[in-house]
Amino acid sequence: MDQVRAYLTSQLLGNLAALLVMPILVVGVIQRVKARWAGRKGPPLMQLGYDLWRLARKRSVLSTTTTAVFQLAPYVVLVTALGSACLVPLAGGPALASFRFDFVWFAYVWGLGRVALILGALDTGSAFEGMGASREATFSAILEPALFLAAGALSLASGERELSLLLVPQVAGGAALVVWAGALVALVIVVQVEAARMPIDDPTTHLELTMIHEVMVLDHSGRELAAVQWASAIKLYVGLSVLATLMHPRTPGLPGVALHLGLCLALAAALGLSESLIARLKLRTIPQYLVVALSAGAVALLAALAMAGRLGILR
Amino acid sequence: MSTAAEPPASSAGDAALSHPLHREDVRALQRLDPGAWRTQLMARVRAGARPLTVYGRRDGDRVLLTAVLLGEGGFSLLRTSVHPAGGYHELTSEIPALHCFERELHEQLGVRVAGHPWLRPIRYQGKDQAAMNSYPFYRVEGKEVHEVNVGPIHAGVIEPGVFRFACFGEHVLHLEIHLGFQHRGVEERLLRKDPRALAPLVETIAGDTSAAHAWAYAAALEALTAPAGGAREASGGAQEASGGTQEASDGAAARARARAIALELERVAMHLAGLSGLAADVGFVPGASTYGRLRTTAINTTMNLCGSRFSRGAIRPFAQPQRGGLALAKLVQKNLTLLRTDLAIIHECFLSSRTVRHRLAGVGVVSADTARQLGLVGMAARASGVALDARSPGRGAFAAPPLDVCVEPAGDCLARARLRIAELSASLRWLELACAEGLAEPAAPEPARPLLPEQLAIAVVEGWRGEVIHCVETDEQGRVIHYKVQDPSLRNWMGLAMAVRGNEISDFPICNKSFDLSYCGNDL
Repeated sequence: MDQVRAYLTSQLLGNLAALLVMPILVVGVIQRVKARWAGRKGPPLMQLGYDLWRLARKRSVLSTTTTAVFQLAPYVVLVTALGSACLVPLAGGPALASFRFDFVWFAYVWGLGRVALILGALDTGSAFEGMGASREATFSAILEPALFLAAGALSLASGERELSLLLVPQVAGGAALVVWAGALVALVIVVQVEAARMPIDDPTTHLELTMIHEVMVLDHSGRELAAVQWASAIKLYVGLSVLATLMHPRTPGLPGVALHLGLCLALAAALGLSESLIARLKLRTIPQYLVVALSAGAVALLAALAMAGRLGILR
Repeated sequence: MSTAAEPPASSAGDAALSHPLHREDVRALQRLDPGAWRTQLMARVRAGARPLTVYGRRDGDRVLLTAVLLGEGGFSLLRTSVHPAGGYHELTSEIPALHCFERELHEQLGVRVAGHPWLRPIRYQGKDQAAMNSYPFYRVEGKEVHEVNVGPIHAGVIEPGVFRFACFGEHVLHLEIHLGFQHRGVEERLLRKDPRALAPLVETIAGDTSAAHAWAYAAALEALTAPAGGAREASGGAQEASGGTQEASDGAAARARARAIALELERVAMHLAGLSGLAADVGFVPGASTYGRLRTTAINTTMNLCGSRFSRGAIRPFAQPQRGGLALAKLVQKNLTLLRTDLAIIHECFLSSRTVRHRLAGVGVVSADTARQLGLVGMAARASGVALDARSPGRGAFAAPPLDVCVEPAGDCLARARLRIAELSASLRWLELACAEGLAEPAAPEPARPLLPEQLAIAVVEGWRGEVIHCVETDEQGRVIHYKVQDPSLRNWMGLAMAVRGNEISDFPICNKSFDLSYCGNDL
């Protein structure tokens, strides 16, 4: 009974509250930092929440060329984003759910969302959306191994098989530090791509020809648009939570929650700051940037293998 | 026809004028037969003269073609009369820079231009506007080739126009630009009103180039007017130099200075707007916000001078309507100092950012050779290493203080950005020196005088985008029978189409922004 109550209070309520509030707040922090840097006041921190509420009450406009795929896609994207959120500690404590090798599930839940988004984009028959879909598919194909390399390395080094546990940082010794740093670099780039942030994608641009993620949702409106935008925010927060979990030791109780949430907000501010200071990459050079993630992941895996004494093959 | 033997009717060399200006007695202008016209035009271009414009007007059931060239010895004009159905054989294959003029002749007047390789509509004039949707886009065939259509309605507050890309993956094979959505019949409208009351209309030909168009209009009209001294309707000589007293020429100099201040402030404001847009398009937040903020200072300065942030009413023929006075001069100086100090910081920040350079360098390259062949003008030409500036060599208002002409050799998007930065600094330096000598007090318009009969005035003004050309012709009674307007965009759009070839389609927006061309200036 106590266990159930503990689960309810710490795991369920904490994670759910974080899931509701933090994605919107994180987007607000990024916008605020960019606005301040540009000399503007910026929108309210919870602006995305108002926007979602506004959109959710609007009717959607559908092109006659679209089918049910187009209407269904945003909800698949939303559900997959929520699905991925279940596996990651969102408020410092344990995750909502975890099971052996759940990082595979995590990767392919994101993959499923991406496929749904791509199909929805292709369903419009628009040249813009087709280009965006092609870019998204190309870049995520390059990026997918990076996620597995990083997760595999962390899993091997820590001996854990669950995402929420293998992310807990272990930096005792040189090899462990290499694993940690390599995985961190790989995951930072994975989050940048998955959340469609600079320097890969410019979420604020109005230029359809340069967009990747944004162009795929150009035709969505009303409730569907709200679903996609909410899903993007959730994915961003899930990504930041993965990074934050990797960056702080697990601390029980309220200090742990505060540490985690504070770190997530700091990461969001850092993201906003980086987006304020640099221009976007040329589309042609993005694959090179993604290869950095692959290499970092590979380095982490090699170090993890060395730690586990399984590098005999190299001797 | 003006030949080398005859003293040129041109006033291009006249020290009192800031820009090339020319008046030609149409009665003395020989009408060549089409063959000779063609040969002479080609010969003069080969000899180094630059075609400024080729245009036509209806003359009974025939069409009068006029070619205006500018060379070492000043202006030279060639005129012929052709039958529309007979037309003449194209020159574009020999001189690609003429492509837009021949297309315009064909579209505007139905002149047959035999053998023209690219006889595409320029703007769908008048009634043809209904046929807008039938534009014959060039198609690249192939299984892997796909077409992307952008426009005519764009995201954001931008003018309408269609960009049709033929792509191989992300790679652009061909871009075709279909304009005309902003056609308002400007040239016809200019003939409907009293020629002295056209300024408000002229200022809307391209709303971001108001001062340049207004100055070209005012210069052309003033050149067409009889000197105040009497009916000296001579066939040559610039009136500013030949007629009037010392006081009159002092007044003209003060007027030219005020006009030049409006023109340079417009250049500063538009270069700031362009750089802000370019920074926003590459996602560089500090540039986007700071250049945008400083543009407000520039256009507010214009408002202090003439009451409009967009130079409306800054230039009127025969008048100097801008405000003057010591207090205003001090305010303008303060604004210019603010611009200079803040721009130094943001230029440094923009140009030293590795990511900005990475994004702009090597993108959208137009070689000097291509720029010359296509007849690019103004900013687009100078960024490709072609030193073409109607303000040079410094005459009139640009003689003292002197104005530096900037050229960048690389021809890519970075060169166009650097050129705008260099021109900003040059114009600000000039403005600071010019305003330090005080601002001209407003002067009431001179009493209206009749226009000289059968004269053709050609005024060239270097707007921020490039040369703005106005050609105004009068009939036997001194009424305006033809008003030809040419915005630099007409010639430069093809430069953008060529710049994008072989680039990535995702780089098109920054190429487009770096050229910063006018849709309504082309569509008229």
